Amino acid sequence: MLIKIDWAALKKTKGSEYFVRFVLGGAITVVTGLVAKHYGPAVGGLFLAFPAIFPASATLVEQHERDKKRRAGIMHTLRGRLSAGLDARGAVLGAIALIAFAAVIWKGLPIARAPFVLSIALAIWFALATLLWRVRRLHTRWRILSHGKHR
Amino acid sequence: MQLLLRFLVGGTLVLLFAVLGDVLKPKGFAGLFAAAPSVAVATLSLTILADGKSYAAIEARSMTAGAAAFCLYAVLCVYLMAIKHVRAAPAAIFGLLAWGVSAGAFFAALELL
Repeated sequence: MLIKIDWAALKKTKGSEYFVRFVLGGAITVVTGLVAKHYGPAVGGLFLAFPAIFPASATLVEQHERDKKRRAGIMHTLRGRLSAGLDARGAVLGAIALIAFAAVIWKGLPIARAPFVLSIALAIWFALATLLWRVRRLHTRWRILSHGKHR
Repeated sequence: MQLLLRFLVGGTLVLLFAVLGDVLKPKGFAGLFAAAPSVAVATLSLTILADGKSYAAIEARSMTAGAAAFCLYAVLCVYLMAIKHVRAAPAAIFGLLAWGVSAGAFFAALELL
């Protein structure tokens, strides 16, 4: 399946929901800086991978799916929780790539220019996360096909 | 003033990645952006400018432990939401405890290496 951009999806998210993410993102960046200042960079660094935004985004995913079902007249549904679970599955892959991102910066910063290292680390995060996502899709498709053959 | 700058840069980058996560389809792919390095890019860029590359490299070393803990946290969220059908908010917030414990354990292991 191709990866597509759906600009219409922006209309489904309220301005206040983006505002919450902006505030959470700003707050965790400030907190990380303060923790590093008080307890040192080793402890502060842990919070660079703190899942501050995930609870808000998973809740929004669940709420959007639940609202969609309610508009269709279905009051009790697990669809929202399953969609949030799907979001979390993506986050597992994104987090594996996040380890690579951090490792590239850790090893790269002492020997290369900072903008170059940050750009390469970001590109590696995106490439690895996309590769893992594609492998998982192929694996799922293969399981479905082989399951069908055995029937 | 520096805190305000951190807040604005961090908030803007998180917002940018959130928008990307919203517009990219299919949904499973968009989920990758829930673990995007938005806060890390903002913090590390500002840290390099203020304290230098060596200081930021120490932060990045610890970030590997935090990211490994994020991975376990996300696995726990999949289990709670998709298999146990727990609602997203309590599952994701309860899971933060697991992130804290595992981040501490990974950090301790990293220090022993």
